[in-house]
Amino acid sequence: MVQIKMHLLVCGGTGCRASESDRLVEQLNHHLQLNGLAEEVKVVTTGCFGFCEKGPIVKVIPDNTFYTQVTPEDAEEIVKEHVLKGRKVARLLYEDPETLEHISDSKHMEFYQKQVRIALRNCGFIDPENIDEYIVRDGYAALGQVLASDPKDTIELIKKSGLRGRGGAGFPTGLKWEITAGNQADQKYVVCNADEGDPGAFMDRSILEGDPNSIIEAMAICGYCIGATKGLIYIRAEYPLAIRRLEIAIKQAREYGLLGKDILGSGFDFDIELRLGAGAFVCGEETALISSMHGSRGEPTIKPPFPAQSGYMGKPTNVNNVETFANIPPIILKGWEWFNSIGSEKSKGTKVFALAGKINNVGLIEVPMGTTLREVIFEIGGGIKDGKRFKAVQTGGPSGGCLTEQHLDTPIDYEHLTAAGSMMGSGGMIVMDEDDCMVSVAKFYLEFTVEESCGKCAPCRIGNKRMHETLEKICQGKGTLDDIEYLENLGKVIKDTALCGLGQTSPNPVLSTIQYFKDEYRAHVVDKKCPAGQCKALKSYVIDETKCIGCTLCARNCPTDAITGDKKVPHVIDQSKCIKCGACYEKCKFGAIQIR
Amino acid sequence: MKIELKDSHLRQIKEICDSLGNDPGELITILHRTQNAFGYLPEEVQRAVAHNLGISVAKVFGVVSFYSFFTMTPKGKYPISLCLGTACYVRGAENVLDEFKKQLGIEVGGVTPDGKFSLDCLRCVGACGLAPVVMVGEKVYGRLTPSMVKDVIAEYK
Repeated sequence: MVQIKMHLLVCGGTGCRASESDRLVEQLNHHLQLNGLAEEVKVVTTGCFGFCEKGPIVKVIPDNTFYTQVTPEDAEEIVKEHVLKGRKVARLLYEDPETLEHISDSKHMEFYQKQVRIALRNCGFIDPENIDEYIVRDGYAALGQVLASDPKDTIELIKKSGLRGRGGAGFPTGLKWEITAGNQADQKYVVCNADEGDPGAFMDRSILEGDPNSIIEAMAICGYCIGATKGLIYIRAEYPLAIRRLEIAIKQAREYGLLGKDILGSGFDFDIELRLGAGAFVCGEETALISSMHGSRGEPTIKPPFPAQSGYMGKPTNVNNVETFANIPPIILKGWEWFNSIGSEKSKGTKVFALAGKINNVGLIEVPMGTTLREVIFEIGGGIKDGKRFKAVQTGGPSGGCLTEQHLDTPIDYEHLTAAGSMMGSGGMIVMDEDDCMVSVAKFYLEFTVEESCGKCAPCRIGNKRMHETLEKICQGKGTLDDIEYLENLGKVIKDTALCGLGQTSPNPVLSTIQYFKDEYRAHVVDKKCPAGQCKALKSYVIDETKCIGCTLCARNCPTDAITGDKKVPHVIDQSKCIKCGACYEKCKFGAIQIR
Repeated sequence: MKIELKDSHLRQIKEICDSLGNDPGELITILHRTQNAFGYLPEEVQRAVAHNLGISVAKVFGVVSFYSFFTMTPKGKYPISLCLGTACYVRGAENVLDEFKKQLGIEVGGVTPDGKFSLDCLRCVGACGLAPVVMVGEKVYGRLTPSMVKDVIAEYK
């Protein structure tokens, strides 16, 4: 047997595939073949490494060299230089933005130093389409251990670990299992909520793409504990790669006897089916998700009854989110004391965030609860793009709020984020800089909520629409001070009266921006100005006479002929014709066009 | 627009419904497969599905209109989907969208008269590192600026 001397791990997450990482794998294999190395060097397509900003990533094992932004054309050099001659390809190494030194091993990168990877432990490490690689890294050992013990002990262990639901609400997971276990029925169900609809969040997708077996194992453990033999994964149809990898993992688990009848000789039967969503954000709410699994419109129902009492097919159903499940096997193997020692007082363990927006290191990160926003944004995230000023960070997606500079030292956990007017949410974290208008951001989220509201209850269906119209009015420069007060009052009413989690949290982006950026709202309604220069109706383009040399480039590019002037004479913009498209601003080479 | 379903189409729909036991609980899966086969779900197809499952057309229409993944109008040969997730939004996706609308002369949800392009928005492709992002068919284009839009469209002309 030929011994494999080297592994080339290539990120096969959706982000890196968009940058042709699949063609890179082909090219690496091709050049290994040409150099007669195909037997000794193995190329592995893994899940997400997290450092999406600099993807596609290639990691070389055993020397841990971490290559960034690798193109298919770089494959030849990697093979010839690194693999054959042992010389690292310096130009593909990560360059520390401060010291400008090349960093070869990812563990010395600031992006990874503060991270603790529990849910993402295998992402970027194993081939997600090969169950053996999961098993080698202690995969299914937790299931074996649980099946040999009393379900009550496992539930107790999860309770003591302090694990709380990672979907956003933070309900104690062990307690949820105990309640479902206590409800008697001829059939119960385990459901994995993989309907990640939060725009700008891709935590669950990355776990499913990078480590699908961890979810299957955890669902089987849950099934044993609560007395269910059937599991269902409700997953978005927009995640084709995650769906494919789950299907492969389920098939392999069945072949290994880790799903199906009499698992590991324990007498316990458990199997998993996939259910595809069809694009409805509200289906992330557990009762709406269950309606959708029944083949109906995904409308939520009043709780109680909770799914633990009457869920799928009217039977007791335990619904947990992907990331919650991903935490289960390590807790069982390493013990509740270990997990409980990580995190803050009331929020234990870690949380995965999709860090995006105006930040240098866009990517997927996992940090211990209690890490501050400052550490995440400025150390792991590498600060704000293009040297701009930090303005706000949005957590919790359409249900969360915008936090400001004064909150940067807030520890990230369920309690602190809620107290600050936002929420943990499922893990979206969008960073905004001085160019972002907070009124527009609030309007953006409301637009989303209006589109995604299921229409069942009036506060959400009508209230959010009215809020959106009012925000639109403000952005058009037609708002008044009364409108701000109206938004605050209406927002509170919607929070108090909407039927489900979507409606109850939908005013948060508006209320939090009014709370922390009231001056900006006032500027829109009183001065009729958008300080960030984003609201089209409130800005005007003017030509600075001292800078304009009369090159006519702007006039030639203006779609409405609003710019006039003779050659070599400063031009003028006719404001009545200007549609504020910004074409002149983009084209001018002399910085003569100004936004006011 | 009224369309006439051929017998072969009706048989195809029946096969899909049969394969899932004509179970109304599988309606969403059935609609996924039907849309895969036909490209979209016009009224006549919905009627046929309802008939096979023994449920009202209203119930089928209710589900089709509820979920954004289902469409009742055919897409263009090259469907263009622009990501309007938050990450893309704050990195200027709206300006890119405006440019697509201008270049193609259609609104969101529309199809060009020659049937070549359709324009839609979606929420998060998950390639936030490349924001703003647009998909043409399966291909992803990242770090777009309005001035790049023309070249993207030209690739398919």
